Amino acid sequence: MPLYLALTSVSALLAVSVYAIVDRRNHDVSRNVYRLCIGLCGVIFLAAVMPRGAHVVSTTLPLGLPWIGMHFRIDVLTAFFLAVVNLGGAAASAYAIGYGAHEKEPIRVLPFYPAFLAGMNLVVLADDAFTFLVAWEFMSLASWALVLTHHHEEENRRAGFVYLLMASFGGFALLMAFGVLGGVGGAYDFASIRESTRAGWTSGLVLALAIVGMGSKAGLAPLHIWLPLAHPAAPSHVSALMSGVMTKVAVYGFIRVVFDLLGPPAFWWSVEPMTFGAASALIGVLFATIQSDLKKLLAYSTIENIGVIFIALGLALAFKANGMALPAALAFTAALFHVFNHSLFKSLLFFGAGAVLNASGERSIERLGGLIHSMPKTAFLFLGGCVAIAALPPLNGFVSEWLVFQAILLSPALPQWTVKLLVPAVGVALALSAALGAGCYIRAYGVAFLGRPRSEAARAAHDPDRWSLATMAVLLTLCLTAGLLPSLVIDTISPVAKDFVGGRMPTQAELSWLSIAPVAESRSSYNGLLVFAFILFSAYSARWVIHKFGTARSRRAPAWDCGYIETSPMTQYTGSSFAQPIRRTLGVIAFSVRERLDMPAPGDTRAARLSVDVKDRIFDYLYAPLTRAVESCAAGLNILSLLTIQEYLALVFAALVFLLVLVAI
Amino acid sequence: MELLTIDIAHVLAGALLLTSFMLLYQDRLSGLINIYTLHAVILSLSVAWQAYYQDAHHLYLTAAIAAIFKALIIPFSLRRIIKRLRIHRTVEVVGGVGITMLIGIFLVALSLVVMLPATASADPLSREDIAFALAIVLLGLLMMVTRRNVVSQIIGFMSLENGLVLAAAGANGMPLVVEISVAFSILIAFIVIGIFLFRIRERFDNVDLSELDRVRGGRS
Repeated sequence: MPLYLALTSVSALLAVSVYAIVDRRNHDVSRNVYRLCIGLCGVIFLAAVMPRGAHVVSTTLPLGLPWIGMHFRIDVLTAFFLAVVNLGGAAASAYAIGYGAHEKEPIRVLPFYPAFLAGMNLVVLADDAFTFLVAWEFMSLASWALVLTHHHEEENRRAGFVYLLMASFGGFALLMAFGVLGGVGGAYDFASIRESTRAGWTSGLVLALAIVGMGSKAGLAPLHIWLPLAHPAAPSHVSALMSGVMTKVAVYGFIRVVFDLLGPPAFWWSVEPMTFGAASALIGVLFATIQSDLKKLLAYSTIENIGVIFIALGLALAFKANGMALPAALAFTAALFHVFNHSLFKSLLFFGAGAVLNASGERSIERLGGLIHSMPKTAFLFLGGCVAIAALPPLNGFVSEWLVFQAILLSPALPQWTVKLLVPAVGVALALSAALGAGCYIRAYGVAFLGRPRSEAARAAHDPDRWSLATMAVLLTLCLTAGLLPSLVIDTISPVAKDFVGGRMPTQAELSWLSIAPVAESRSSYNGLLVFAFILFSAYSARWVIHKFGTARSRRAPAWDCGYIETSPMTQYTGSSFAQPIRRTLGVIAFSVRERLDMPAPGDTRAARLSVDVKDRIFDYLYAPLTRAVESCAAGLNILSLLTIQEYLALVFAALVFLLVLVAI
Repeated sequence: MELLTIDIAHVLAGALLLTSFMLLYQDRLSGLINIYTLHAVILSLSVAWQAYYQDAHHLYLTAAIAAIFKALIIPFSLRRIIKRLRIHRTVEVVGGVGITMLIGIFLVALSLVVMLPATASADPLSREDIAFALAIVLLGLLMMVTRRNVVSQIIGFMSLENGLVLAAAGANGMPLVVEISVAFSILIAFIVIGIFLFRIRERFDNVDLSELDRVRGGRS
């Protein structure tokens, strides 16, 4: 029943995209489409959380390949990810009711948006390789069309091209991964893949291909280059979906292949996810720290968070391979918890960025500032999102990262030296990225929302419509709830962990005072409610003390101008100034930064210029040589299109003779 | 008696192979068509002998099709074509006949080396036949590669197809339907190529393929 409900809603979503084309002349079409999307996402969400009669529900529909059909299935993992996808989908649709009204060419968004939602749902529901790949490509193509919404700008076209390239590369890797999984017999439904056994090196190959294929969609370094290009290009609610939800669908694919289809893990499987995860976390956060484009900053921060999730998944693999069910469950739960959290606060932050973009027309934080006066409600909600993603208690980001660290602390029990040495290094990288991440969001919030407005647009900005504000408020409430009552989320995830890593964390609801204890209460525990109460208490008592013994009324006075005569808002500390220490210290290693100072000679009246050139090393050292190689190959093969008929025949003939000689030998 | 039967089959197949070499060597168009007629006649004899030996009556039909289409209709129309194109006295420049023949001998050796081990379990008659057939196919392809004139290319293609029919007749059990449809498709290919021949002639005043390459802008 839940499965059919979900599938019906997915086909209804596809019908909505047809409706968006048919009814494009109607002025209300945008509003109607988004309303329908909210409703359908809500229905699928209900289908995911409603109690299922059986543990696993599956069905085969006579679509697609003849005699094989399409297999669909809901198990605990599917249900969890369906809930995440559709929560994000419903939020983005609700936000878009207000936000989408500003779209100049709605026909470029509306047909693809429901299709994109449907594609993501189908990936999660698929139960055979064929359906999975078709849905995966459908999702990629629909999101590509959305990235190209504002295709008049050269930059966006380039973003679309890079995204399409990475998506097709990832799809190709997945195709090969499933080809190896299916084996020579070629049974491509997941049930028979699960039952088949395979040699060690085959599993390693599938693992590598899955990391490349899923990682290219999730934004795992070094396959992350499309995120910072594509996320700013898409409209904000689509960016929220791509960043908060689509990357999670890729995480789902990784879990499905590696934890489920590939069978019992070996310990060395954990090395790849952890290494790439740590690299993504560091690269993501470092680039986020020096970005001044708000949406690019959020995109880089997504890369960081995906890194955190993959680190936790790698840990879960290591523990599971050694039969340590409880730590494995802890790491796995932490990963899924972070998936849930990140989908919430990343959507919230992208919505906030969208509101700022709409109100001021500015994406660069260097030209914003003082938004807390012009957009107070957005500023409050955005602050909540920043606190959550910066992993500060009592919000939810803290809980999941804390759980990851708890899992890392259990790693000395692992017997293999490789993993034993790797995990602390990964832990250090994680700690560094967590701290830098907090700094990054302090900078983003401080420069964009505090201080004085740096441009007229920032001064004239105003809060968005009620739909947008309400959506953001709901997301913030969810973040707060998940942070204060983490035991609820952990107990929801526990059945998934039980099925996929063979163990579960202790039932948290049984602990007193709503605290959580990952392993045992004697070892470590956390109580979000207590922390929240303490924060409230100390803040209000401090306020009371100040107002009691200091002045009782607040007054607003001009800021001290350091004795200068007239200070322009541009003299304020900027985002680049904040980022400069990081850029200077790590610039040479991480970003290949080039600073150029153009100082005029004495007597010359022109202005001095300082220009900073930041490049991604991965782009220079990995992608540029690759591009050159492909181009030279293509140029070399060009000759083949200009042969004479005889030469073509001779080619065929030579190939035939060559093969015959091979047979003869 | 058994041995004599097999020997006769081998003689016929060998003659077919020899005729392929003659095709490869011949540079006069009208001579080429004559040799092709001979090729088709030997093919039809060979298939008829197979029919007799295997006691498979439908192969007689195959032989009849080969005789009628390949030994009568196609040579006849080819002759008409070259008359109408006024190229029946043309001597085509075939560069390096010696090397071509050497390559041909190498191809025959190659197909024997490939086929004899591969068909070790088959009966001796079809074993040799299939090896010969592969050699004929390869020689036909070689002819298409080395010739520039469209008519010689058609003849190379037709001789290649004859090799296929020989292989099919040897491997007892090819359904008649397949045989008939192959024969018809060859005929249709012939018609299409014939029409194109006239179109090419109309445009370029000769039927040398290098003209086509010049139009495509390629190197010739």
